[in-house]
Amino acid sequence: MTKKQKKVLRRIVIAAVLFAALSVAGRLAALPWYAWLALYLIPYLVIGYDVLRKAALGVVHGEVFDENFLMAVATVGAVALGEYGEGVAVMLFYQVGELFQSYAVGKSRRSIAALMDIRPDSANLEDAAGAVQTVDPEDVPVGAVIVVRPGEKIPLDGVVLSGESTLNTSALTGESRPRSARAGDAVISGSVNGDGLLRVQVSKAYGQSTVARILDLVENSSLKKARAENFITKFARYYTPAVCLAALALAVLPPLALGGGWGVWVRRALTFLVISCPCALVISIPLSFFGGIGGASRCGVLIKGGNYLETLAHTGTVVFDKTGTLTRGTFRVSRLRPAPGVDEGDLLRTAARAESYSSHPISKSLREALPAAPDAAGVTDVKEIAGRGVAALVDGRRVLAGSAKLMQEQGVAYTPDEGVGTVVYVARDGAFLGSILIADEIKETAPAAVAALRRQGVRTVMLTGDSRAVAEGVAAQLGLDEVHAELLPADKGERVESLLAARSGGSLAFVGDGINDAPVLTRADVGIAMGALGSDAAIEAADVVLMDDDPAKISLAMRIARKCMRIVYENIVFALGVKALFLLLGAAGIANMWWAVFADVGVMVLAVLNAMRMLAVKK
Amino acid sequence: MRKKFAIEVDCANCAAKIENAVKALPGVNECNVSFMAQKLLLDADDAQFPSVLKAAVKAAKKIEPDFEIEL
Repeated sequence: MTKKQKKVLRRIVIAAVLFAALSVAGRLAALPWYAWLALYLIPYLVIGYDVLRKAALGVVHGEVFDENFLMAVATVGAVALGEYGEGVAVMLFYQVGELFQSYAVGKSRRSIAALMDIRPDSANLEDAAGAVQTVDPEDVPVGAVIVVRPGEKIPLDGVVLSGESTLNTSALTGESRPRSARAGDAVISGSVNGDGLLRVQVSKAYGQSTVARILDLVENSSLKKARAENFITKFARYYTPAVCLAALALAVLPPLALGGGWGVWVRRALTFLVISCPCALVISIPLSFFGGIGGASRCGVLIKGGNYLETLAHTGTVVFDKTGTLTRGTFRVSRLRPAPGVDEGDLLRTAARAESYSSHPISKSLREALPAAPDAAGVTDVKEIAGRGVAALVDGRRVLAGSAKLMQEQGVAYTPDEGVGTVVYVARDGAFLGSILIADEIKETAPAAVAALRRQGVRTVMLTGDSRAVAEGVAAQLGLDEVHAELLPADKGERVESLLAARSGGSLAFVGDGINDAPVLTRADVGIAMGALGSDAAIEAADVVLMDDDPAKISLAMRIARKCMRIVYENIVFALGVKALFLLLGAAGIANMWWAVFADVGVMVLAVLNAMRMLAVKK
Repeated sequence: MRKKFAIEVDCANCAAKIENAVKALPGVNECNVSFMAQKLLLDADDAQFPSVLKAAVKAAKKIEPDFEIEL
């Protein structure tokens, strides 16, 4: 608890004890009314002086209709009607509610601050002589060398000069698998160093470093308000004056019309005022959004504002830019299909050796599939046949490696391979050795990610520059609803435009890897950049940033968003519903002041508790 | 110029009212108050910034006497 909260708590305890004592005394002793009034005024002022002060200041400043004013009028009114105890009790409960609310909000703030505890405290700057001194990360210039000891946070983005270690990026990405870091690797601020000592050359000033950008992004996210939040503040602006006028009418009109009975109607009007207090709504809605954004960032999903949480919850279509989102974007040997009697190793080795002088990505992936670099010594007479493949003499035997066309042209009897991707056919001395399938690898989590989205009722669309066959193969494997293949980079933007124009109902999310797709990210209803750690353009352009490259985080983000919106609507409906009901009951004289206190403080407590559910996000 | 300030404001409704009041001040391009983050973002023309900020703080204190701001 803060100092302020402790002070309020003390006042509540003192006032409650005094109030209880007076209630007991009221049954035992007989005193004139002015003596009781004086006695009851003590706890009343102890508990309510700040409310009265703010209400008075509000009137002076022309800011009449707020909670303080409502409470002041209601309790002063109760006292004026001779209900001293009631006046004190209402004020007491109001303060208990306020204290609870302030405690709950403080707790949420702290727990979110703890989630985002990635801010480095200091950096160990190494000078030219090799001496190390501890400085503020903000004072470290680009190009300087810093030392990161085991267990420390990396304070600034940079490149490892020497040392070897593993890095824990879970605070950034929500992903607990450690990453290795050795000389030459780029490291990201905010990750925690493992066992090794690293010397890092700083590549970005603190303000541009990943940590500072992420903290800035999270902090700014609460400044971008959702429609629901704006609705509530607009609503409160008209609501409070409207209830005050209604209360006034309730106090004055019926007695005038029916004649007499002023006390009864003034009492009802006061009850009405207490019920009407809008705090439950005004506090619980921003709290829900704050919790949603905070809970998401713990899972490595940064959402740039409550408005995007709202759009995300209503997403009906997710458009993927294939490479880097659903697939890794790197080519690998994914299947070997040797001809009968041929050894798999022989097939791969022969192809890799024939292609050992080529710099083509396909050749590279062949070489990478071997445990050791292929022996290039016995390879001579290499001839690249453009668009077909390679012919070479390997250990004096003529090897062909390339497309089906190459086999046909060279008259090799080959077995067609219908695999999705690029197929390399291999022949030696005119005999078919087999085929090697090279494909852009689908991420392990991609099928589950797409399935999860489809279960959530989302249409999934994939855009790619790849050939139709490859695209349709990937789409079939993943179970995507729609594929657009053979697109040039510029076509992707147009395709998203037409999907945007054709969408009905739900909003459209575009998922990209942040490379070259910034304009499309901006254009979509929600732009989601993934694996974006360290990519400034993507962090800038996207509305939602996935810190790691796991596509399953998209459905997680949508689940969080939907839960958040559900809680927001629950609170709006619940609070307004209960209030409307109690306002009617109060006006009819059925609900008394005690019911009114429940309708105010009780509803607020329930709404806040409901909103705090957002903080508990299952990974 | 855009600048963010740490503030202390105790009720969500006051935060919203302060935001609206500051937005209505002359010279303010944008203002955003986050009750949860306890932050005030002010965007005003460079030349007028100090005077606009002063007016904003005054307006805020009028709405919420307990309003505090770290300048």
